[in-house]
Amino acid sequence: MTKTFSLGGIFPKKYKITSEIPSKDAGLPEYVYIPVKQHIGTPAKILVNKGDKVKVGTLLADADGVISADVHSSVSGEVIRIDETEAASGYFENMITIKVQGDEAEDYIDLSQTLCKEIPETPQEIIDKIRKAGVVGMGGAGYPTPIKDTIPQDKKIDILIINGIECEPWLTSDDRLMVEKAEEIVIGAKILNKLFGIQNAIIAIDENKLKAIDIISNITKRYVGVNVRVCKTKYPQGGEKQLISAITGREVPSGKLPMDIGCLVQNVGTVFAVYEAVMKNKPLYERYVTVSGDMCKTPQTFKVRIGTPISFLIDQCGGYDEKTAQIILGGPMMGNSIIHTQAPITKTSSGVLLLSNELSKRPTPTDCIRCGKCVDSCPMGLRPYLIGIYTRNNLLEELKSIHAQDCIECGCCAYICPARIPLLDFCKLAKIELKNKQGK
Amino acid sequence: MLKVSTAPHMFAKQDTNAIMKDVVIALLPAACVGIFNFGLTALITIITSIASCVMWEYLTVRYLLKKPSTINDYSAIITGLLLAFNLPATIPVWMILIGSFMAIVVGKMAFGGLGKNVFNPALVGRVFLFISFPVQMTMWMKPNWHDFFNRDIQTGATTLGILKHIDASSSATSLTHGNPDISQIPDYWHMFIGYTGGCIGEVSALALILGGIYLLIKKVITWHIPFYYLGSVFLFSSLMWLATQDIKFDPITHLLSGGLILGAIFMATDYTTTPMTTKGKIIFALGCGILTVIIRFYGAYPEGVSFAILIMNAFSPLIDKFYYTRVYGTRKK
Repeated sequence: MTKTFSLGGIFPKKYKITSEIPSKDAGLPEYVYIPVKQHIGTPAKILVNKGDKVKVGTLLADADGVISADVHSSVSGEVIRIDETEAASGYFENMITIKVQGDEAEDYIDLSQTLCKEIPETPQEIIDKIRKAGVVGMGGAGYPTPIKDTIPQDKKIDILIINGIECEPWLTSDDRLMVEKAEEIVIGAKILNKLFGIQNAIIAIDENKLKAIDIISNITKRYVGVNVRVCKTKYPQGGEKQLISAITGREVPSGKLPMDIGCLVQNVGTVFAVYEAVMKNKPLYERYVTVSGDMCKTPQTFKVRIGTPISFLIDQCGGYDEKTAQIILGGPMMGNSIIHTQAPITKTSSGVLLLSNELSKRPTPTDCIRCGKCVDSCPMGLRPYLIGIYTRNNLLEELKSIHAQDCIECGCCAYICPARIPLLDFCKLAKIELKNKQGK
Repeated sequence: MLKVSTAPHMFAKQDTNAIMKDVVIALLPAACVGIFNFGLTALITIITSIASCVMWEYLTVRYLLKKPSTINDYSAIITGLLLAFNLPATIPVWMILIGSFMAIVVGKMAFGGLGKNVFNPALVGRVFLFISFPVQMTMWMKPNWHDFFNRDIQTGATTLGILKHIDASSSATSLTHGNPDISQIPDYWHMFIGYTGGCIGEVSALALILGGIYLLIKKVITWHIPFYYLGSVFLFSSLMWLATQDIKFDPITHLLSGGLILGAIFMATDYTTTPMTTKGKIIFALGCGILTVIIRFYGAYPEGVSFAILIMNAFSPLIDKFYYTRVYGTRKK
């Protein structure tokens, strides 16, 4: 019996063309650009200077304050620039540019492929190792994992959900990771179980990932306290709140955190990073990235060093021509279009998509025909059409009364709207306006 | 040149035009049965109705509102088809022009056009004609599958008209000349396939259900409104029938006759004039069902579908205000 969330959801075409293709090492670019802020919170404090020699795993910048994360070098070479560089967002961010020389790693990192099963004894030891490795949530938000995993005394986690749902079309980086690093992920789940003092980790996988389900189910038979649950292939099944609803039937109240109802959700990529951090002392300096899209000549999932320019990956997939209208960082539903392909892959980049104009063209909006499809598709039970009307008329009190701030920005409403009204834009605007008002 | 835009970067194939085209396709089987039954007159009525609806919309938008033409969105074609479906085949052409004027100009464009009208335009046109020209609006043709040019007008009543005139006192003596007769009620099979008198599009339950299934497959409509509308009519007439054993409450006859199936599948599911949420749609459909039964059993008219839907149309904004989807995270423990 496959599980799913009860409210809304859509079924976009999946385009998982890279799901059967084994991942490939992207190799080393000439330069890497490592942003000091790849997470939610304060940017890390830079520890290196121009001209410094660094190795793979050298600490480049130290977490600044509570909500922050360490940043490590992903290559060996020489720091040639520390300045404001254009990021994928189009904004200039503080980045450390390293000219790649050789590929030498710090001694403390265990680069062997052997599986380690000896989990450290104390939770403190585990959390310290996670913190030292600069692990952040790799599903997209980039919330520092040590903070998320430090549960206050008055809260109790009784279920750990490992998010192996990749509901965005095209992306297969989590899928490949689960197939290729299955046992590591299961051990990672055991580590987190130990950290929280529970025996109830659930790896949620959507039903179109047959291979991943098969491999991980077989492995979990040998590990107590880790189980697989199969979820329906439906967007946005991988949303934190939707996944909690599907697996446990619980709902996170508005404005609360999953831990308030005893749940904690971690992306499989994060769990794998936790395994490498705790068992191999390996900092988070590489990740899986899918390069795909209908204009991509040879789609492929890569293992990529953080800081690798996006163009380096696109070139390995046959480059892009004038027919490519948009390049998306992330999935087609929630990702951002970019124009600067020299921008680097960060800890939270899951995919690079080359899309044609036919597919990604934003259609001309027409009048609302009140079909109600936006309401039916909203996984938060909101009324996007009404949020659109209220936002256009700047009715903040009314927006609050219909829970506009609870929107998870999944884009179902804008995807499904037959009148092509940019409902997601209105929802985002509503959230910003509400936040501004609250700040006053 | 790369472009940038905000998410999402892909869209469902189904846009407003695709939905409207699907509705037209879904209406075709019933149109065919209408033409098959009533011949050339039905064809002329359908064509006149569509053409005049499109014409009124074009004239209003271009010369009154001075905006780009909106006739390409197919919605005027649907209104024209639905209006014709709700007319007897023999209706004079000039009446169709008046009906389509009421439907498009008064029923739709006066409110601001597609998506903004309160009442179902086709029903506005039909009810206006029905009240203004009761004689012409109740002249039914006998179905004839063999003669395309047949104009054999049957000035009797439809099934519902017959049921209406049976009451406890007269049923024993209803065989007097000119009075409707129970024996004139067609059997279920003929009502199901549509070999019976009535408005052009409403006669064949089979053709309408086929169209409804098409709309369900294409995800243009959900099952809620047709199910709850037809279900409530069936339920209430069954209760009456069980309580009284009177043939005039026969639930299957009520389900298959009149404009009920046409209304439940095509008119009560009109997006613009019905509530936005599933919960609201269910309430809307139940309201339609109850009103239809009340008008059929106790009202002055034999048929109540158009009035029921129009009345519930007026309640749609209210229903939207009070019944909406539960927001995630607000469930009471």
